Amino acid sequence: MASLASPAEPDVRALVTPEGVDLRVRLAAVSERGIALMIDLFIIIGSLLALTIGAASLFVGGESETVAQIIWLLGFFVLRNFYFTLFECGRRAATPGKRLMGLRVVARDGAALTTDAVVARNAMRELELYLPLVFLIQSGGENDGWTILAGIVWCGIFVLLPFFNRDRLRAGDLIAGTWVLKAPKQTLLPDLTTDRPAIADAKYAFTAKQLDTYGVKELQVLESVLRREEETAMVAVADQIRIKIGWTRSTYETDKEFLSAYYAALRRRLEQRLLFGKRKRDKHDAT
Amino acid sequence: MDQTLRSLRFRKEREESWRRLETLLDRAERHAPKSLTDDEMLAIPQLYRSALSSLSVARATSLDQALIDYLEALSARAYFFVYGARATLLERLQSFFARDWPHAVKQLWRETIVSALLLFAGTLMAFLLVSADPDWYASFVSAEMASGRDPNATTEFLRSTIYDDGDADGLGVFATSLFTHNAQIALFAFALGFAFCAPTALLLVYNGCSLGAMFAVFASRGLGVEFAGWIFIHGVTELLAVILAGAAGLRIGWSIAFPGGLTRIAAAERAGRQGATVMMGVVVMLFIAGLLEGFARQLIVSDVIRFGVAAATAVGWSMYFYRGDRSGIAR
Repeated sequence: MASLASPAEPDVRALVTPEGVDLRVRLAAVSERGIALMIDLFIIIGSLLALTIGAASLFVGGESETVAQIIWLLGFFVLRNFYFTLFECGRRAATPGKRLMGLRVVARDGAALTTDAVVARNAMRELELYLPLVFLIQSGGENDGWTILAGIVWCGIFVLLPFFNRDRLRAGDLIAGTWVLKAPKQTLLPDLTTDRPAIADAKYAFTAKQLDTYGVKELQVLESVLRREEETAMVAVADQIRIKIGWTRSTYETDKEFLSAYYAALRRRLEQRLLFGKRKRDKHDAT
Repeated sequence: MDQTLRSLRFRKEREESWRRLETLLDRAERHAPKSLTDDEMLAIPQLYRSALSSLSVARATSLDQALIDYLEALSARAYFFVYGARATLLERLQSFFARDWPHAVKQLWRETIVSALLLFAGTLMAFLLVSADPDWYASFVSAEMASGRDPNATTEFLRSTIYDDGDADGLGVFATSLFTHNAQIALFAFALGFAFCAPTALLLVYNGCSLGAMFAVFASRGLGVEFAGWIFIHGVTELLAVILAGAAGLRIGWSIAFPGGLTRIAAAERAGRQGATVMMGVVVMLFIAGLLEGFARQLIVSDVIRFGVAAATAVGWSMYFYRGDRSGIAR
């Protein structure tokens, strides 16, 4: 089973390709899947309404009454039972809701997602989704307290299942051997050290000691601060670094300039050491 | 001395091939893969492997987190494309009907027997109870479903329900609603198997009960044979489909309760996939049953032909599912 997670990143799962590279995939959050489901239900209900209106307008036409009824019955059946299955059998292995949330269905063993697995995971929606829905609609009626309680317990077991296992599987995932992963479309962001004028670096000559203060973890924090370009965060971080490395601020030095220069220098230093097999994890790492 | 970082030089050298992979994947995913030329299709696995090696190099030498995130996402996307399902819909359908479906049904033979026994036990029980005391009828068949066909009905009325050809215009709607209703129940029975068999078994017994109860009423008026013809013209297909759906559900419940040598999850997974294959077929069967019930039964009123159709479907299905091993079935 390819599911050893490092304690630091509970969402990351190993997916080793036949070429031997671990892709380090990420599990989708329950909230993301919830929103994706809402979007899909919205689309289903919308199509049903459109179908009903379409069928009704045919119905008024007179002769095609039976055709309209057949279309509606089949349409309802197909939407209810095969909306999820048809989309998840496609190339993207995701319903429109999942696509919008950047998720996809993947076989837990990393192999190709087969039709039977998709059918199995969606057949269980009958229990997990439609039964609770029908139950909710009916519970306003004549059912007595005990029936309602039993129904709530029953539905609760299925609806809350993803919260109670490590891999956030719902009953359908369990049965089908699938899980839902993040599959975001990442754009390649520009490298922060691109096109730095050599003169700019000449102004910032850091000593080896100043560069050995921090490790990879701090470098990545610095990277995210620089990418977000938040004024207050940059000021705070720049001040902290100056104090820590004992840097005296010159007159025309801006925080952003200082941070980019320090980032570039620190990355160069750490990457050089990386080539010699030394990865300084963070500032506490003595290597 | 070149001031550019080594990792940045690496990125500049490889960037173009990553972008090319990205565009090809975009196109393949958005439109059908057919929109790519042969050369482009062949390029994807190559670019995928080079992206993977870039990822390995980047992890070992670059500390640009954004770059590593990008390569991880790109490689995963390409991985799912390269190693994902390749078969077209037509190929999938072919292998489903030629191999997967009968094979899965055959593997469920034990559960199929149990499921059939449960259905017949329900039928027999309700038949005996209603024969002994007609008051039982109401507890097996709801008034809505009976629609007048109860122990108090006249023999003429009961006879008319068997041979009345109904409203010919409504047949299509009737067939469709029968199909969707039955398929929904079958899918439900399958899903219920997850809860350790019990609900599936109950549903099977209950289905048998309503059949047995109605049979008792018709048999008490000497209409047993006619009723059998009326039921079995589509019932062979429909009951077999219900039995198979029940069997698939039972297999899931049984594998979770008694996983044998496998882990519980692995056993559930295997049973779930097997059951799902059977269930796709069950929906097809119920579609056929709906057509037989909606059209054939209403248009054919001869008992002999009705039994003939019933026998033909029985032989047809058992030949299809249980005839000897086909060559090429993976073991």
